[in-house]
Parts: sequence; structure tokens; C-alpha cells
Amino acid sequence: MSVQLNYKEGVLTAKLSGEIDHHSAREMREAIDDTAQKLKPYCLRLDFTEVPFMDSSGVGLILGRVRLCGFWRGRVVLCGLSQSLGKMVELAGISSVAAIERRAG
Amino acid sequence: MKPVNQAQISFSSHSVNEGFGRAAVAAFLAQLDPTVADLSDMRTAVSEAVTNAIVHGYREQMGTVYITVKIFEDGKAVVRVRDKGCGIPDVKQAMEPLFTTGGEERAGLGFAVMQSFCDSVRVSSTPGRGTSVTLVKRFEPKA
Repeated sequence: MSVQLNYKEGVLTAKLSGEIDHHSAREMREAIDDTAQKLKPYCLRLDFTEVPFMDSSGVGLILGRVRLCGFWRGRVVLCGLSQSLGKMVELAGISSVAAIERRAG
Repeated sequence: MKPVNQAQISFSSHSVNEGFGRAAVAAFLAQLDPTVADLSDMRTAVSEAVTNAIVHGYREQMGTVYITVKIFEDGKAVVRVRDKGCGIPDVKQAMEPLFTTGGEERAGLGFAVMQSFCDSVRVSSTPGRGTSVTLVKRFEPKA
């Protein structure tokens, strides 16, 4: 499990890697929030390209970041979702609170 | 009907074991030659059930999570995830989407995910004694 953060022109990209469950979500959350609270990006981009598995803990992770960024009117964008992650995101109705970039190809 | 194969897995309720629980079940179910999507669905449902046992069942103390996996001739898999934790006073309420006592960014979607990713979900619970969640999914052989 790891989070790589990259900040450029108001956009904070968090490249997540590894399986996301209740256990790993905590560390990912702490890593993202630490930086996000300092930088207050107008856009937080969560990149799931390297996430092979996610249960509903990932939904909690996404919704929590939407709430956090809402404090400074930032928005959250999700990208790199595989088919199975997409199914989870759809079930949770996340598209109403975060933009979803479709995987190219 | 008698199962054609079965496995028992048990482990301590450390959250780091959530990954072990779902991976062990998925490895055992691989003999059904499941599609990637079906196996991923079951892995997700098991992860939800195991997380519930750890986060809710054993919220006050450590304990053991017990998983039984049974495979039947028609490709049906029955996975039972059991804890001897605090139990659920109102199962019907607990199964409502978005209901959560978890705090800490729990989405309250565990049972909704299990229901949508499996064919059926049964929950029985006795306060003070523990909870048992039975997930049933039929795996169609790969075309």
C-alpha cells in the first residue's frame, strides 16, 4: 500500500497503489489529508490505476475526501478505475459527488 | 446436497488479516474456474463480511474470525463468515444501506455490497454471542 502525491497548479494528484480495505484505507487517508489540508487544492485527483482491489472502505475514503475538500470548495476527480472498482463506485452513487474520468481505451 | 469440497479458515481479528481472509477464499474458489468478474465479486463480499466481524463484532476485544467455504456440484459456493463477538441487536436495521455504527469513515455499505455482489446473503446474530453471515453465489463455468 502506498500513496504518491504530486502537486501542480492547484491540482493535487494522489496515486494510490495496492488493495484498499478497512486496514489500508486509514494510512492512505492520513497520507492524503496531511498534504491536502496544507495545500487546499481546488482539485484532488485520486488515481486508482494501481489499485487491483477495493471494498466499501474505498467508498468511505472517497466520500471522506469529498467532504474534506468541500471545506475549501475543492472538488474530487477519480481516474484509472478498473471494471470491478467502477462497479463499487457506481453502487455507492459516487458520480453525484465526484467526477469520474473514464480509462482511456 | 453434500458439498464436493470444503475448507475452514480461521484467524485473529487483526485488521491486517482482512486481505488474508478474502485471498484465502478466492484461492480456494479458483478450482471452480470462475470468471475474473465473479471471483472479484465474491472477494469483495467476503472482504465486507470479514471487515464487519473485525470492526463491529470484535470492536471491544480481539477474537477469532471463522470462515467456512463449501463448493457444490452445480458450481454453487457457500461462504460463511462467523465471529463470536458482540452480535447485532437489530439485523434488519444493520442491513439497511448507509446504516453504520462504525464512524471513522465507514460508508455503511457493507451489507448492500454483499447483497449486490452475491446471489443471496443470510445473517443470523445473537447479541453477546456473535454473528454469522452466509454468502451464496453460483459460479457459471467460463464459456
